[in-house]
Amino acid sequence: MLTIFYIFAVLSVFGALGVLFLRNPIHCALSLVGTFFCLGAIYVMLNAEFVAVIQVLVYAGAIMVLFLFVLMLLPSKDSEQYVNKWSVGKILAGLLSLGIFIQIASLFTANELQLGSKGEYPLEVVEEVGSITLIGRLLFTDYILSFEIIAILLLVAVIGAVVIAKRRFQ
Amino acid sequence: MIPIEHILLLSALLFIIGVLGVMLRRNVIVIFMSIELMLNAVNLSFVTFAKSLDSMTGVVFIFFIIVVAAAEAVVGLSIILSIFRTRKTLNIDKFNLLKW
Repeated sequence: MLTIFYIFAVLSVFGALGVLFLRNPIHCALSLVGTFFCLGAIYVMLNAEFVAVIQVLVYAGAIMVLFLFVLMLLPSKDSEQYVNKWSVGKILAGLLSLGIFIQIASLFTANELQLGSKGEYPLEVVEEVGSITLIGRLLFTDYILSFEIIAILLLVAVIGAVVIAKRRFQ
Repeated sequence: MIPIEHILLLSALLFIIGVLGVMLRRNVIVIFMSIELMLNAVNLSFVTFAKSLDSMTGVVFIFFIIVVAAAEAVVGLSIILSIFRTRKTLNIDKFNLLKW
């Protein structure tokens, strides 16, 4: 179990590094899809099957296909985006993100990680009722207001995308 | 059992790679992909904490995060499309119309 987790962890980090370093944006998108699949596998190991399925369906399936469509619609021939301008800025960016990483990592690996009290859904309950049943129950009872708002947000996003992307004729 | 610290470290590492991508890359679409990567890293830590705390709330929040990420990707990509029509480039340094 642990070795499988490490294999997927290393693969996902390599996919992420591909997004950072590959030149062609289409290769970046494909390596990001690889990262999403590895994260989906890790979600299955963490008993979050629903999240794993929507990760693969929505992220790897829908959002990345959208990215690839836009990449193929826009020919980016200009090579200026690879030129290393102002390498002091790159060093500063590296130092800044190293600082953020050390901050987050020391917070996460602190011995007395401040976790709150245990919730009411241990693994046995989840396996007995089913995780999708539980998620649906929570979505339509406790989080019903957020659910409705998110529906309106999606509607606004769809209409906004159509309005922004359409050609304007004078 | 996977130790919780290791998953959280993986999540921190993915987040930092996303931050570096936003700061170092100049192609708008790659910057967008780095933002998606950061959202995924946060999702991973949500799942980890939800599992270690026996809670279901983290999973419900991931549902919301994914919906917001999808809406953000749609609107952002259409903004990129309409900027590309006028500026004919994807280099983010050329998008300086609002600069003074």
